[in-house]
Amino acid sequence: MAGIYDKLSNLDRRIIFILIALAVIIPITTDLVIPNIVGQEPSRDLFEFVDSLPEGSIVIVSFDYDPSTMPELQPMAEAIVRHLFRDGHRIIGMALWPQGASLGQDAMSAFADSLGRAQYVDWVNMGYKTGGAVTIARLGTSMRAVFPTDRDNVPWDDIPMLRGVNNLEDIDLVISLSAGDPGIIHWVMMAKDRYGTPVGGGCTAVSAPQLYTYLQTDQMVGLLGGLKGAADYETLVGLLEGEATKGMSPQSVAHIVIMLFIVIGNVTYFMQKKKGGAR
Amino acid sequence: MRLMIPLAITFIAGMIMILNFFIPHQPFAFLGDNLQEWYMIVASGAIFLGAANLMHVHIRKIRLRLKNWEYSPVTIIGFLVMVVTGLVYGVTENRPFDYLFMNMVAPMGATMFSLLAFFVASAAFRAFRASNWRATLLLTSAFLVMLGQVPIGAMIWDKIPLAKVWLMSIPNTAGQRAVMIGAAMGVVSTSLRMIFGIERSYLGGAD
Repeated sequence: MAGIYDKLSNLDRRIIFILIALAVIIPITTDLVIPNIVGQEPSRDLFEFVDSLPEGSIVIVSFDYDPSTMPELQPMAEAIVRHLFRDGHRIIGMALWPQGASLGQDAMSAFADSLGRAQYVDWVNMGYKTGGAVTIARLGTSMRAVFPTDRDNVPWDDIPMLRGVNNLEDIDLVISLSAGDPGIIHWVMMAKDRYGTPVGGGCTAVSAPQLYTYLQTDQMVGLLGGLKGAADYETLVGLLEGEATKGMSPQSVAHIVIMLFIVIGNVTYFMQKKKGGAR
Repeated sequence: MRLMIPLAITFIAGMIMILNFFIPHQPFAFLGDNLQEWYMIVASGAIFLGAANLMHVHIRKIRLRLKNWEYSPVTIIGFLVMVVTGLVYGVTENRPFDYLFMNMVAPMGATMFSLLAFFVASAAFRAFRASNWRATLLLTSAFLVMLGQVPIGAMIWDKIPLAKVWLMSIPNTAGQRAVMIGAAMGVVSTSLRMIFGIERSYLGGAD
């Protein structure tokens, strides 16, 4: 019996890798469906805030991430963009991360045509701007100074939807989809705390614990945390075949497998400890 | 003089930004806005510096046949291809840059991050031990959060997502806030030390 525990404690990590791979592959290939139930979580708060905005509101969606965190954040972007378009809001897309501008363009253009939303009238992509918190601070005094042209070099004054937009005080909501620094924290510090613009957002699951502090103080209107947050938003928007919702089954099985490994690791630890104690 | 000029620039720029924050009127608003734009220009310049450094490091690596130099040509070719396609065809949709980005850069980046799942599983198996009551508390919390973060948790017991939200909103927030306030105090004190010329390590060792 002791031999089993010794073998388990020295388990080849390739076996762990194979089991995790199977935990992801099998639910995907078998179309395993685990229904996602949305409780009273920060994801619902964000959805309800967006839902309560009057039609035609101007929302900044800041795509502050890159392809490495795309599996978690791109489904959020798509669900949020769809919700904003569906409710008749106007989107100013931008990015504090260089590669976020392309990912944002992809998310916005994917739904714009099917929902009858026109570029420069209902949405615009201002592109990437370096500077992080300082850039946001400058947006608070003059958005035109930060973005004299959009991503395709169309001048600010030639974009119809930007008429009457001067600074962050003209924005009804900022949604930052953030993979780190710069990201949500900087939007909260500058846009919300300094200029009073409501801020919501989405982040990777590992970043979410840090951002809960801003929810408790109402510095954020809501938060989507990781793939679950994205799946929640998809469920609330009615995107039942969304990427995040489909990802909930493999993630559920993978979490169970990781927890089983932790249990096995602890059982072997205690058995070996007991054996050592008996000696 | 080599010391005084950077110290004076730091002091003046720092004081303008502090005054601009507390007195957002002229002339501080004008000066603050201009400094913010200067910062964005300098930060943009740093991108070119980073690109030049990337080329320098990898060309040197190839020239001296340093460890893993075989990967450097791939980096250089990838970098140059993206730069050239971006400059020649632009970065708008359905152009070569966009095609390469969406079909090569994005999937490769996502793949790299996805590998974390395997290493997390392996590390959790080897290191996550209920060796004392604090570790047991951490382990229990981790189990509840992991289950609450996926729909299967609610299927097992509908109170698990509520427990997750409680853990994240109350004990987690208390700890996070303590860390954040501590870090913020550190940032304030270090910034003041730099503005007043007490902290000079950012000057590159001059004293």
